[in-house]
Amino acid sequence: MTLAQAAHGFLSPTGVEIAFLLVGLVTFGAAIITVTTKQLVHAALWLVVALGGLAVEYLLLTAEFIAWVQVLIYVGSVVVLLLFGLMLTRAPIGRSPDADSGNRWAALVVALAAAAALVWVVVDAFRTTWIDLDGPAAGSTEATGASLFQNWVLPFEALSVLLLAALVGAIVLSRKAKAESSSPPVNSRASTGSSPSVPDSRNHTIGRNGPVAGTESAKGTKSARETDSTEQEGAR
Amino acid sequence: MHLAYPAVLSALLFCTGLYGVLARRNAILVLMSVELMLNAVNLNLVAFDVWLSRAAEETLHSGQALTLFTIAIAAAEIGIGLAIVLAVHRNRGTADIDKLRDTAEGHDPDTSDDDARTAEQAAESGRTGKAEATA
Amino acid sequence: MTTTTLAVLVPLLPFLGAAAGLLLGRTAPGFARPLAVLPPLVALALAAVVAVRQGGDQTVNAATELTPTGSVPIELALYIDGFAALVAVLVAFVATCVQIYSTGYLRDDPRYPSYAALVSLFTSAMLLVVYSGDLIVLLVGWEIMGICSYFLVGHYWETPEARAASLKAFLVTKLGDVPFLIGLFALATDAGSFRITKVLDAVAHGGLDHPTLIALLLLAGVAGKSAQFPLHTWLPDAMAGPTPVSALIHAATMVAAGVYFIARLLPVFEASQAAMVVLAVMAAVTMIGSGLAALAQDDIKRVLAYSTIGQLGYMTGALAVGDRGAAVFHLLSHGAFKALLFLAAGVIIHAAGTNSLAAMSRMKDLSARVPDAYWTMTVALLALAAIPPFSGFFSKESVLGAAEHVATGHTEHAPGAAGWITLVAGLLTALLTAAYATRLWLLAFRGRGTEAPDHGRQPLTMTVVLWVLAAPSLALGAFSYRVLPDWFDGRDLTPTLTTSVVGTGVALIGGLVTYAAWRHTSAVTARVPLGAVAAHPEGDAGLVEAEAIATHEPAYGDVAYAPDPADPGRLLLGPLHRHAAVGFHLDALYTALFVRPVQAGATLVRFLDREVVETYVRGAGTLPRWLGTAVRRAQTGNLQTYVSALLAGTVVLAVAVVLVATGA
Repeated sequence: MTLAQAAHGFLSPTGVEIAFLLVGLVTFGAAIITVTTKQLVHAALWLVVALGGLAVEYLLLTAEFIAWVQVLIYVGSVVVLLLFGLMLTRAPIGRSPDADSGNRWAALVVALAAAAALVWVVVDAFRTTWIDLDGPAAGSTEATGASLFQNWVLPFEALSVLLLAALVGAIVLSRKAKAESSSPPVNSRASTGSSPSVPDSRNHTIGRNGPVAGTESAKGTKSARETDSTEQEGAR
Repeated sequence: MHLAYPAVLSALLFCTGLYGVLARRNAILVLMSVELMLNAVNLNLVAFDVWLSRAAEETLHSGQALTLFTIAIAAAEIGIGLAIVLAVHRNRGTADIDKLRDTAEGHDPDTSDDDARTAEQAAESGRTGKAEATA
Repeated sequence: MTTTTLAVLVPLLPFLGAAAGLLLGRTAPGFARPLAVLPPLVALALAAVVAVRQGGDQTVNAATELTPTGSVPIELALYIDGFAALVAVLVAFVATCVQIYSTGYLRDDPRYPSYAALVSLFTSAMLLVVYSGDLIVLLVGWEIMGICSYFLVGHYWETPEARAASLKAFLVTKLGDVPFLIGLFALATDAGSFRITKVLDAVAHGGLDHPTLIALLLLAGVAGKSAQFPLHTWLPDAMAGPTPVSALIHAATMVAAGVYFIARLLPVFEASQAAMVVLAVMAAVTMIGSGLAALAQDDIKRVLAYSTIGQLGYMTGALAVGDRGAAVFHLLSHGAFKALLFLAAGVIIHAAGTNSLAAMSRMKDLSARVPDAYWTMTVALLALAAIPPFSGFFSKESVLGAAEHVATGHTEHAPGAAGWITLVAGLLTALLTAAYATRLWLLAFRGRGTEAPDHGRQPLTMTVVLWVLAAPSLALGAFSYRVLPDWFDGRDLTPTLTTSVVGTGVALIGGLVTYAAWRHTSAVTARVPLGAVAAHPEGDAGLVEAEAIATHEPAYGDVAYAPDPADPGRLLLGPLHRHAAVGFHLDALYTALFVRPVQAGATLVRFLDREVVETYVRGAGTLPRWLGTAVRRAQTGNLQTYVSALLAGTVVLAVAVVLVATGA
């Protein structure tokens, strides 16, 4: 690798590098638009571009399995979920003037400082390091699978438990606590069976609107179930 | 390929996400920005894994394995996060992060009034929400 | 039982009575009277047995050490010589009389149980002082008396006079007690023990390093307790308490404690010639000043109070010439007739409905209304004026004889100057004493004018006590001056011819001059109506007295003074009268010298505390509050702000670490 240092200058980029640079610019631009646009739905769509760009970058780094997983899960499910969330929170279509909070100047300063610091450190540390992309792909499905199921089985299984916990948690969070007023004996058992939910305390203040909240909760639960099933597929 | 390219891109994406987390008002936009930050880290992991799988004799492909785990965890996180945002939205009628100030020092005498008002708004929005849903 | 056991029981019984009275006073008021009367009565019997067994021969000296107390041990010790035995009998006797009298005097008082218990505690404390063989134990009794006097003088705490008087009594005696305590420590340090026997041993072998200093410090405490000049001012004001309390304080306890203390430690005082002269001067000033003041008082009890101060002056005079036998002899006889005087005065106040002599001099036939008080008081006044053969004559003559003895240089115990001072002052005081005794008798019992208001028959408990006390007033002196030396140091107490003739002659002159003055002025009495009378035919004596004290100042303009032109004392004293009535302005002087500066100092301190110190405190509080307000502003509740700050800090730290790591 030390011999290669002299051979590879920044002024004579290879083809892969050029491709990486261009896709990186697109990704970075899409990301910036995502965090700055005033149209909420557009932000989600620009996020698709950014995530897709990243998938291409993975491919360029010869990590094909990760690239496909990226496309499947992020572009396929996460963004869909986010779009659902936007709709469920009744995000306005079109420009919303208050998409950014009053905090944005402080945020900008912090972000620029962090970017400057990180880029400086990273460039300072790795400006001569060379990745040799020739030879067999480092991130082929075969290599990744072998590694995953030889060395990483235990964390993998632990992760499945985590996913299960997240699934249960999402259901519990998004289902509305049944109002105690509706039918006490059966429902109270049911509600004690499930863990107490966050909206519980809030229900009392709007108790007089009980029935309305109840129907709303049914809808919320349904959407959460969809969410979870999608997510499960994505994880697989 | 120079390692600096993916590393710098990853740093820039990370800071972009950082800006989004700090500056966005809508909770779902904040979640998107969190995804950006996670992806920046993933890119870093993959790039270094590729570099090390060539540089070192025997690796466990830990970078790639960790990337997979991160992606799975990110998926779980987005599920839970959205559930929370939806719950907040249902109760408060808003998903704006800077309206969730219950932990503020109580120099604001009308905080409780605010709460009551937002609760009523929540009820109202619930009603309209139902109307939309049925429509 | 051994004499020691009996002697321990003597102070213990009234103490137990007091404790039981305080505990049961509310729940079982029926027990209050037996609990008040019986313990002193039994204590009297026991004290008498102890006195007989002791018989002046062998000093009872027992001690037990409860617990080690450091370098100088403190022991529970008894030290009963002839003085202690006899004084204890007197204390128990007077206390019993006072308790019996109080059952009638404060018949209807709702606070009687606590009052009786405090009187018992007072008695117990005095008996402790009398019997104690250890100076610290003695001090305990001494201080208990101080606090009891505070409560008892303030018994009528509804009246401002009583409140002020109780505070004054407490503070003035405490003013003396501080040097007293220091003196005790100094004495114990020099002698190496608090035991009286060991202290006296040390003195006998010349072991005291600072005799004058110790004697003067102790003298301050004695002056406070025994109401000697210049700390005597609390005693006349203490008349705001109920009459039986006055009798108890003046006759047997409290004021007697100081004299008794000097008598006990007389060798310590004798070790310093200067202290003896100071004692003599103190006694002389006290005697003459109090005699003049007594002649000008309007309140019958204040007359008696000043007379107490004067008689205590005699005792300290006797001590100043080194004759404690004479001092304690006078203490005993004075205890008897002064208790009688006060208790009789209580009856008179009840019958007349006033404590003002000016008002009494305008009442007809007061003597016929209270014949018991009339006759017994006559006896007691004759004893006070030292007319033979009443008891006061013998005791006073023994004092004057001792003074003459020293003045003519027959002893080495005391300086001749002390003898001369005591002798001259004593003779002058004999004149004044006779004068004010005559004045009191004439004004109280020879009044002319309207009939006194009827308060019904006096309770039997009150009149019987008067007669019981009249016996020793009449005969104690004549019968005991031959016997007492057996109990005392053995020095002869027989009156000498010279002083007897001179003293009695002076007393007769005083009486006759007063009588002449009274004849001269009594014509005016009818022409100048004066006086205010509290009439409560159905109330008990305590109520009448409390009201009489409360109305004196509104009616006459002063607690001690009445603008009565028919007062023989006014004629006798001439321009001095005005000053004598207010105690020669000593209170005003103390007010100017001590009270005002202290109050001004307190005001200054308050100003400094409120305006200066607190400004700093407030300033110290303001700065953190401002900082707190500033920090509180950061607490917006906006998570993004928090995270911004967090990340900014992280970036700064990371950059700093990198800079340090790269050595930049």
